Amino acid sequence: MTAKLISESSEWTFELIERYDGEIARIAAGYGLDTYPNQIEVITAEQMMDAYSSVGMPVNYHHWSFGKQFLGVEQRYKRGHMGLAYEIVINSNPCIAYLMEENTITMQALVIAHAAYGHNSFFKNNYLFQTWTNADAIVDYLLFARKYIAECEQRHGEKEVELLLDSCHALMNYGVDRYKRPSRLSAEQERRRQKEREDYRQSQVNDLWRTLPPRKETASTHDEQHFPSEPQENLLYFIEKNAPLLKPWQREIVRIVRKVAQYFYPQRQTQVMNEGWATFWHYTLLNTLYDEGLVGDGFMIEFLQSHTNVVAQPAYDSQYYSGINPYALGFAMMTDLRRICEKPTDEDRHWFPDIAGSDWVKTLDFAMRNFKDESFIAQYLSPRLIREFKLFSVLDDDSRDQLEISAIHDEKGYRNIRQSLAEQYNLGSREPDIQIYNVNRRGDRSLTLRHTQYNRRPLDGSADEIVKHIARLWGFTVRLESALENDNIELTHECRV
Amino acid sequence: MTQVIDRRLNGRNKSAVNRQRFIRRFKSQIKRAVADAVSSRHIDDIDDGEKINIPARDMSEPVFQHGPGGRREAVHPGNTDFVTGDRIKRPPQGGAGQGGKAGNSGEGEDDFAFQLSREEFLELFFEDLALPDLVKTQLATLTDFKSVRAGYTSDGVPSNINIVRSLRGALARRIALRGPHMQRLREAKAELTALQPVPGTVDDEQQTSDRQVAALEEEIRHLKRRIEAIPFIDTFDLRYNNRIKQPVPSTQAVMFCLMDVSGSMDEIRKDTAKRFFILLYLFLKRNYERIEVVFIRHHTTAKEVDEDEFFHSRETGGTVVSSALELMHETIRERYPASEWNMYAAQASDGDNWDNDSPKCRDLLLNRIMPCLQYFAYVEITPDRHQSLWQEYGRVADICPHFAMQQIESAQDIYPVFRELFRKRVT
Repeated sequence: MTAKLISESSEWTFELIERYDGEIARIAAGYGLDTYPNQIEVITAEQMMDAYSSVGMPVNYHHWSFGKQFLGVEQRYKRGHMGLAYEIVINSNPCIAYLMEENTITMQALVIAHAAYGHNSFFKNNYLFQTWTNADAIVDYLLFARKYIAECEQRHGEKEVELLLDSCHALMNYGVDRYKRPSRLSAEQERRRQKEREDYRQSQVNDLWRTLPPRKETASTHDEQHFPSEPQENLLYFIEKNAPLLKPWQREIVRIVRKVAQYFYPQRQTQVMNEGWATFWHYTLLNTLYDEGLVGDGFMIEFLQSHTNVVAQPAYDSQYYSGINPYALGFAMMTDLRRICEKPTDEDRHWFPDIAGSDWVKTLDFAMRNFKDESFIAQYLSPRLIREFKLFSVLDDDSRDQLEISAIHDEKGYRNIRQSLAEQYNLGSREPDIQIYNVNRRGDRSLTLRHTQYNRRPLDGSADEIVKHIARLWGFTVRLESALENDNIELTHECRV
Repeated sequence: MTQVIDRRLNGRNKSAVNRQRFIRRFKSQIKRAVADAVSSRHIDDIDDGEKINIPARDMSEPVFQHGPGGRREAVHPGNTDFVTGDRIKRPPQGGAGQGGKAGNSGEGEDDFAFQLSREEFLELFFEDLALPDLVKTQLATLTDFKSVRAGYTSDGVPSNINIVRSLRGALARRIALRGPHMQRLREAKAELTALQPVPGTVDDEQQTSDRQVAALEEEIRHLKRRIEAIPFIDTFDLRYNNRIKQPVPSTQAVMFCLMDVSGSMDEIRKDTAKRFFILLYLFLKRNYERIEVVFIRHHTTAKEVDEDEFFHSRETGGTVVSSALELMHETIRERYPASEWNMYAAQASDGDNWDNDSPKCRDLLLNRIMPCLQYFAYVEITPDRHQSLWQEYGRVADICPHFAMQQIESAQDIYPVFRELFRKRVT
């Protein structure tokens, strides 16, 4: 039996990594995991911290906020407050996964299974990633962006570029097309068309602000011609195309930030699923290795120890509680799905008539391809899991003095909890809804944004700062008004220029 | 399908640029933190980097977010005893009982903490500080020389002979001088071989060739002698290693710390004085490779002591400042020749002195001490009115530009005073 073991000691070597990768790849293929080719890179802890701070990208432009992130990570790591996450994986083709030099061979195998097969297959097949990101081009595009921004810094000064990036970063979450599919990224094309675009855009903008029509006409026509004709949710896009005073290079930088935001948009919406999927697969793949006798008990104990840490979910009253752990929830849901397929109970048959008793590999694959966190939870969170997690829902209404427990893990509460948990992962309600509402084209050129309140929730204090950032980009007065639930409109923020 | 790449040797400091940008952007906040740190630290701590705390709000990156208020529903795990419809008191903060984030051991969550390296710390600490006229005094004290290699010379002392160079020259000379002789020698030998007697030749022909052979042999002997006469080595061939002296700026400094330890200097004042000395020490450390510190304490008499005793022992008695100045002058004369040492002095006192001693101090300073010093800084640690010593020192300051004096009241004043003393002078 022991003769079959891939490794005996905890030291890793390149040969061992390749062997583990080979075995894991074989098993993954057996389960039908469809992945990009892998590029596994061995790096040091220091390099891992570097990777962290540039949001995991292998190249990125320079900005102080990445430095801040780096210092934060470094400080916590050095003081032992956190271990480095043992994996970073990049949604690119080939899929880049980092292994840290300090890890044991067990951890390396775990990371290979988790990142290079779990995340990788998710990136390749989930509909959000397929629709919104372009794994083939991202690294090239970032190279282009970095070079372009570096050039701008030389030409226009670091300070100037930094201010612009600050403003763009503030709006990053609002630089995303939610409904319209973005065009494919291609660095080469970007470079070729960038000059063209500069000229074209400038001419468009000038056109927008063309001299006023003769006086006599104004009285009749200018009354209410709304611009934009429909409210615009992609603030950065609108600014890129329409801000009157931006120079061409500034528009290009706005565009770069927007593209990067778009790239990360699916990741923000699939945290539970993505981590759950990857965790489920590392668990399944490594267990299969064990069943085949390729790894020993020592390996499994080390693996299970870190696996258990990752999927631990402290209770709400624990001092370690900081919200629901996406690894825990995701892993539990994926495992539960498999259980529903393999050993359904009557309750499962009642709740999930379509999938109870079906082929689990196919069911999981379908779930992975076609959902995001919100819909995944709404679709698949089972009563059994709600009981296992002892989930309960708290209603906090500022018009009442007390909080109310609106649902717990009982027959009456399942649907309620499932719905509010799904809602918790809905980006649309998690982030305030703010759209470009009007531009005063014939007067002071001021820009009006409208915040449509959700459940009477106001904006927090940072809105003031952001309005200033928008004003910097727009160049003229910016107002932010809130549409309250009683249909009143209230001007909440204003930055005069 | 899978490619494994070893990237460990790739650049490590990808984030260095971003880190620098961060520090530059928050320079004012970081500098404030540095200044705070200095006022509450000891000399051995100062050698390390510094943990800097910056209020997180100063450096937040704003994004649109929901603020508190309105209606929200949150799902939490781990229910133990709630049932539907329970009402609970609203926790003081954080909306729907988000629960405190795991406290990270006493660090305020409002602060962003990070470590400055020692270099970064000192750089910020000393920024736009420089000793007055530093460049000038350095140039003026260019009295130390270092001998460096500077090629070869044809003339020198035997111990400096460079054998390889000399023999190479000799070989070249020998080859050159013997060249023409060697050529002739080869020709003569060839002719000689051609004239070897051939059997069956006529007698008189034989005689002619015998004569020629004799002449040739004579020539060959002569040529060989000429060649042998070329000397193996000649004085002309000798090469010597050449060394020249280059002036180097003196990289050592001595710092005199003078302090009044009479009864009127209490612990708090001593502590303040100590911090002042620390700052001067650190600054010198940055500019000089080697620094010696001489501690001189005094009441009515002065004594050179070690650092511990300097700061911690207590004496009582009156105050005679000139005793310390005299001791310092003696020490300079005995141990620190002005040509080799940059000298700095820092004096801390509460301003007490015997009235008739103060003019003596002034004369001592003006006539004997100030001429050898680079800089003399005097701080008076007192909230009270100045006494005679301050006035007399004032006159010194009028005459000597490298004499500075300041009054400080508490530890918080030190840093600004220090900056004032060593402000970068615009020339």
